[in-house]
Amino acid sequence: MQKTNPATPRVGLFVTCLVDLFRPTVGFAAISLIERAGCTVEVPAAQTCCGQPAYNSGDRKDSRAIAENTIRAFEEFDYVVAPSGSCAGMLKKHYPGLFAGDAKWEERARAFSAKVHELVSFLADEMGMTAVEAELAANATYHDSCSGLRELGIRAQPRQLLSTVRGLKLNELPEADSCCGFGGTFCVKYSEISNAIVEKKARNIEATGADLLLAGDLGCLMNMAGKLKRDGSKVETRHVAEVLAGMTDTPPIGGRG
Amino acid sequence: MSGREAILGKVRRALGVDAEDGARGDTVEKRLGRPPEGIIPERGQVADARRVKSFCAEAEAVHATVKKVKDHSAVPAAVAAYLRSKNLPAEIRMGADRRLAAMPWTKQKALTVRPGPSDGDDLTGVSHAYAGIAETGTVVLLSGTDNPTTINFLPEHHIVVVEAKDIAGNLETVISKVRRKYGRGEMPRTLNMITGPSRSGDIEQKLLLGAHGPRSLHLIVVEG
Amino acid sequence: MEIKSPTFKQNSHDALANEQLQKALGNVRSGFIDKRRKAADRLPEFDALRDEAKRIKDHALAHLDLYLEAYERKVTASGGHVHWAETAEDARRIVLDICRASGARTVTKGKSMITEEIALNDHLEKNGIRAVETDLGEYIIQLRGEHPSHIIAPAVHLNKEQVESDFRRVHDHLPVARDLSEPESLLNEARMVLRKEYVTADVGITGANFLVAETGSSIIVTNEGNGDLTQILPKVHVVVASIEKIVPTLEDASQILRVLARSATGQDMSVYTTVSTGPRRKSDPDGPQEYHVVLLDNGRSSMLGTEFQDMLRCIRCGACMNHCPVYHAVGGHAYGWVYPGPMGAVLTPSLIGVDKSGHLPNASTFCGRCESVCPMRIPLPKMMRHWREREFERRLNPFSQRFGLKFWAFFARRPGLYKLGTGLTTPLLSLLGGRKKRLRRLPFASGWTRFRDLPAPESRTFMQQWRDRETQKQEAHR
Repeated sequence: MQKTNPATPRVGLFVTCLVDLFRPTVGFAAISLIERAGCTVEVPAAQTCCGQPAYNSGDRKDSRAIAENTIRAFEEFDYVVAPSGSCAGMLKKHYPGLFAGDAKWEERARAFSAKVHELVSFLADEMGMTAVEAELAANATYHDSCSGLRELGIRAQPRQLLSTVRGLKLNELPEADSCCGFGGTFCVKYSEISNAIVEKKARNIEATGADLLLAGDLGCLMNMAGKLKRDGSKVETRHVAEVLAGMTDTPPIGGRG
Repeated sequence: MSGREAILGKVRRALGVDAEDGARGDTVEKRLGRPPEGIIPERGQVADARRVKSFCAEAEAVHATVKKVKDHSAVPAAVAAYLRSKNLPAEIRMGADRRLAAMPWTKQKALTVRPGPSDGDDLTGVSHAYAGIAETGTVVLLSGTDNPTTINFLPEHHIVVVEAKDIAGNLETVISKVRRKYGRGEMPRTLNMITGPSRSGDIEQKLLLGAHGPRSLHLIVVEG
Repeated sequence: MEIKSPTFKQNSHDALANEQLQKALGNVRSGFIDKRRKAADRLPEFDALRDEAKRIKDHALAHLDLYLEAYERKVTASGGHVHWAETAEDARRIVLDICRASGARTVTKGKSMITEEIALNDHLEKNGIRAVETDLGEYIIQLRGEHPSHIIAPAVHLNKEQVESDFRRVHDHLPVARDLSEPESLLNEARMVLRKEYVTADVGITGANFLVAETGSSIIVTNEGNGDLTQILPKVHVVVASIEKIVPTLEDASQILRVLARSATGQDMSVYTTVSTGPRRKSDPDGPQEYHVVLLDNGRSSMLGTEFQDMLRCIRCGACMNHCPVYHAVGGHAYGWVYPGPMGAVLTPSLIGVDKSGHLPNASTFCGRCESVCPMRIPLPKMMRHWREREFERRLNPFSQRFGLKFWAFFARRPGLYKLGTGLTTPLLSLLGGRKKRLRRLPFASGWTRFRDLPAPESRTFMQQWRDRETQKQEAHR
């Protein structure tokens, strides 16, 4: 274990289950960006899931057990960073409540949650990053994932950093702050309604004329990419971290064409 | 057990409180006796000089029409002129308000004034407002023989006379005024706050004027 | 009112297939959202007023018993009558008794969601009393035998052709050749038809946006003026209001009024805000001779002191449903009972049981937009989650869902097994995704793949790749 050098913050990367299982590129992009911001990054092996599926399904017992596992794995770090607004929101805003009434754990959870940040917000708000060294010739649009936007106030930061990517044109997405219809288990439990919502999102995306869709949450991205591809759209989808880190060699989410 | 006892009992049990708790009783008494004012927006604190202008602008924004006159004596002529401009018969329904009664209606020879509450057949009603509210362009009217409430709603067109000096910045000021007039905790049977003519958006969200109340609201501001 | 909430999924399916409804819902999405935004932007103190409104309501609820008693004293002192109704049945009985006592044959009604909740109209009709809705939207749906699909815009799901067809069918005494192609002409016809009802009604029934303890007053807020004509013309005025409508003072009402219309329709103030206190006085030449207030509990007291108490702050503005992606998709009728949208999802289980209405708090993405626009700062998603917790405890959700979740949680709590399992499934899915990098079909995943492709994973998990990278680094150092 490295000693904490006060000048070099130690970041524990909470990679998130979706990134771990579906798109490791995002995890490596996050590491690259965090290191460039002047931190060291470690990836605790004991992490699994933030527990949101159990939490939002009303299973507090399992949520709490998962939370205990997460807190134990990460509380030693200076910062806990996740490339996802919804996972970071879960860790930051909802973990303490899981331990209400348990004085010892509540304090531990609070201390942990205070260190949690979503990736782009961490780079911009905590590390003061104002520009990236990246290049991508593309006509892009950006979707605001709900948790990131409403729980963590993420809106200006990704737009600001994306504006410094050479060659990247950013068009505002109509109703950018409108839900994409993912909602975790909602998209399969109420699939018809989810489809109706993501269809509206897909129409808005196409209306921008963009060829690249970006967002900060893989759940939203997989949902929107899956819809666009089913509709035969040529729009490509990536996580914002991939573009900011200049790691766009991997095929886009859901492939090309 | 009566419904009353049952409900109050359930409420107290749910809140975990005792009916005899003196401290709670004091809190309630205090708030009712000295109501805190709350937040008055800047828009509601416009200084005297600009208040009339603010009032007129807000009223016009919600489709009321506004005419300013120098003093009371000009009101009947303004009413007659309004009726002519809308091709309405020269007939009005009016209450017993002394301020209205003191105006020179007889000078308007063609104008018929029908006294009393509206019977539902009036095309135009005339009221004198108790107060105006600059924050929202609202007129405040009190029930009674002076300005029967039915005149506010039954006629097709409503003309309201409001004195510039009665235009308050905000509703809270009017509430205090009403308290002084009627006594703490007392009210007239009806206090109407009217902001523009009747409207509805119920058909395809299209805004239309003249739902059930008056189709038009004409405000005559007496600068005095 | 028949409860159709258990068939929410089928209701939604039908709603999504209903082209005319979908077109009408487009109006909700664009109209209400922009108007509220403009009104909020125009008032710098708007957010501070929301906080104040929350404080006022919390204070009132914490002292509800005392304010109810104070309110009753003032109503009685001003010559009015207060009736206490524990249940919907009690309320119906009380209102019917009042109507019978005055020999009522026709009753006019101002817009009141509470009277929908207690199914008052049906009860009156069954007992030989005609109940005529006077709010234009309510009148229109009454002609169709429908219930409101939105708590402030009851007919938002209809287009003008449908309204024309209903008017022609019901107003058969009017000339067939008349032109009803424009909303204006429909409005004029309704005005004319309802005017007759107003002046002949024996009893007028309204709800109340606020009950003011300080003065014993009821406050109604309308744009049409129908509520006023309902309450001043008949001999008897009956107010039906649930107990949480109480606010302490007129100033308190004014504070909340500032956020009500802005949140609902984007107006700074509704056209008619009316404060009524008791029956007519000696000095009144018009107004009702009798004034009755029916205070309804119907489950409110059961919400006090629980994790659902915050819902009692609701002022029925409709902002939540105006901003809800689920409501935009399926409209109000799909929710199956009186209250739709996010507020309906939280309130309905409290009133009719979560066993009948469990779908409502589950059919949410927790996007949080409702909470972000609620003028009373009600944490709607949080309370929907509480309902999901209650369902989980009572094992009300389908077995397959519970199993799936327990399966996932089992692995998520055991990092070693988790890595083992995911280390196998990810490469497999990646293989199935092929060159296209996506799957059109996948067993057990039809909920997803019915409408979307499933993006395929990369060939190995992050943890696998990370472990390899770290191992390589260490070997490079040797």
